[in-house]
Amino acid sequence: MRIGLFVPCYIDAFFPKVGIATLELLERFGHDVHYPRDQTCCGQPMANSGFKAECADTEALFVRNFSGFDYVVSPSGSCVHHVRDNFDAIEQTDEVKAVRARTFELVEFLHDVQKVDAFPWARFPHRVGLHNSCGTLRRLKHALPSELHEPFFSKPTDLLSKVDGIEFVRPARPDECCGFGGTFSVFEEVVSTKMGYDKVRDHAQAGAEYIVSADSSCLMHQQGCAERIGVPMKFIHIAQILNGASA
Amino acid sequence: MSTTRERIDSAMLHPELRAEGDPDAIIRGGRRLDHAEGTSRPLRRAPEPQPRGAKVRGNRPIDQQEAAARFIAATEHEKMHDERLWDLRQKRDREMHGIPEWEELRSLASAIKEHTLTHLDEYLDQFETNAKSNGIHVHWARDAAEHNHIVHGILRDHGAKSLIKSKSMLTEECGFRHYMASVGIEVIETDLGERIQQLDNEDPSHVVVPAVHKLRTDVAEVFSHTIGTDPDNTDVHYLAEAQREATRPLILNADAGMTGANFVVAETGSFVVCTNEGNADLSANVPKLHITSIGIEKIIPRLEHLAVFVRLLSRSALGSPMTQYTSHFRGPRAGGEMHVVLVDNGRSERLGLEEFWTSLKCIRCGACMNTCPVYRRSGGLSYGATYSGPIGLIINPTFNARKYSNLPFASSLNGSCTNVCPVKINIHEQIYAWRRVLVKQHEVPFAKKAAMKAAGVLLSRPAAYRAAIAAADTALAHLPRFVIYNGLNAWGKHREVPHPPKQTFHSWYHENRGAKR
Repeated sequence: MRIGLFVPCYIDAFFPKVGIATLELLERFGHDVHYPRDQTCCGQPMANSGFKAECADTEALFVRNFSGFDYVVSPSGSCVHHVRDNFDAIEQTDEVKAVRARTFELVEFLHDVQKVDAFPWARFPHRVGLHNSCGTLRRLKHALPSELHEPFFSKPTDLLSKVDGIEFVRPARPDECCGFGGTFSVFEEVVSTKMGYDKVRDHAQAGAEYIVSADSSCLMHQQGCAERIGVPMKFIHIAQILNGASA
Repeated sequence: MSTTRERIDSAMLHPELRAEGDPDAIIRGGRRLDHAEGTSRPLRRAPEPQPRGAKVRGNRPIDQQEAAARFIAATEHEKMHDERLWDLRQKRDREMHGIPEWEELRSLASAIKEHTLTHLDEYLDQFETNAKSNGIHVHWARDAAEHNHIVHGILRDHGAKSLIKSKSMLTEECGFRHYMASVGIEVIETDLGERIQQLDNEDPSHVVVPAVHKLRTDVAEVFSHTIGTDPDNTDVHYLAEAQREATRPLILNADAGMTGANFVVAETGSFVVCTNEGNADLSANVPKLHITSIGIEKIIPRLEHLAVFVRLLSRSALGSPMTQYTSHFRGPRAGGEMHVVLVDNGRSERLGLEEFWTSLKCIRCGACMNTCPVYRRSGGLSYGATYSGPIGLIINPTFNARKYSNLPFASSLNGSCTNVCPVKINIHEQIYAWRRVLVKQHEVPFAKKAAMKAAGVLLSRPAAYRAAIAAADTALAHLPRFVIYNGLNAWGKHREVPHPPKQTFHSWYHENRGAKR
């Protein structure tokens, strides 16, 4: 398959290892992966703040970069949520609709499209707490949120369970928001950071060595909070574990 | 030089008399000079003062964030508040798991409400006809002022000087207590939490548990200077009993009673009030005159529909299977009089808002507040509005878009509210939609607008974007400004900034997959 790799701006800048792990993982499965050089962002930061007109050009650029691929894959749930569910600042041509429909978050792609049954190269002998970002949990439906009375499922847990040696811990409030929330994290920073402190403490009390997530944005925020209040915790993106990161 | 005798004396003194660590004490020869009474400290530690709500200045936008920061700084209050409401959320989950058809019930409740709201005129007419034939006087109020005048008129006709009432968010919306005070009628709230709030001259902070933001030390403080309890006695039984003793005579002697209504049944012309304290029944049944204020969205077509809502209401609100009292009112008692005031107060207008009309499905259970991580850490009074929490974010701007323009931004858009809502209001999507509306109406600060415009320009021009981070390896430290737009300062105030790597993914790709296009 010909795949367009979407590496969101903050992953490009702060978490290149996440982009590399995603690329390598997709290549391991034999895909023809391309990284369009002119990519920047999906428009979500402006859109989430209510600025629809201001994200139109960014959305148009996204479509120019990712048109024509069989799939567009990204290691960021909230960005994929924006592309799929809120990407409406530009005219909805057939091309735009096609790009939106073919854009997948990495976990979804591996679980639903690739249907991976093993990661023979991966071994991660550590206690991890899984953090489902709200975008992946309640929008992309990676897992069943605790508020609903429906049969349990969890795609990230399914994938991580195939990794040798991994051990899961369960925090007291497993799907409470960590407080990142995009621009919420800066415009409402006091509440945002308090939520972050509570989140990392909850995982620490559950005995997690690592918090693992499909969203580096939540992890960036949580890491900043953990360092500020002195909670010893490590953070890792699910792509890195699935690609065989040792620690 | 001190003598040996004095040194021994000093060493043997009680620490309080030595006044160690007290910068204000006057000490001679190792001994506190001033009168022991005057400087003695109370044995108990002074309780943490209650953080107050948002500062309301006329029509100016409420600064929810400022009030939330003060609430968080009051660590005991914030911790209690977060844990108490999270406990309600967990109890709700347990109740939910006991009902196999829970999600079906939610869908049904939502469908009944949507049907009713889209046939509102018919059902209101039906209710009026049936209520009148039950002997109920029916009044219509266009807005808050009209509601208050109508109620005042009824009270005046009966020469009523005092009114006992149960909790009603609608009367909060109407500023009813303030109005009644201005016309010299005494109002006595009979819900314990609401009474506490009334005595403290504070709005309810939650639609179901109005004083949930208060510690019992706060309640002891309020009662001590309003009903004369011992300020140091924070025992809940003592405080509740004292309040009961103080309020019961007022209830028995009141001239009129008032309730709200949780549900209004069109086919029977009756209404239903759900409480846990039975206080609505006192308000309705002790005085001869019973007045009920009802928002027009409370109507449901038939009695059988009530079964759906009653199963959802208390489970969602408090995680209990039922409210202690679910009282049906069908008409006046013998020798009594019953009035119903049907209030619009912006509801018809809201019904016409394409993106927001379904907020009228709300049954005021408060589940969205209990689950909201922002609400639990901010306190309901930080919203500076009648309705707080997620439902408040989408209802308040319909009353005043400028004053409540900041509220839709007080959300991480996590969406938990939507999932717990028993009538399936898409709350987080409406929060998102309100942001768009407010930006369009220019109700957001200029700095935010400028930052977003600049971000939009930069992120849509690959060359400029790359140039901005061109000297990537050295300039990465400055990236948060581009990535998070409005500020390294706000990011770094209470958390560490990310550690910039040696290389962006972009340049890694260039080095390692350079040939590939």
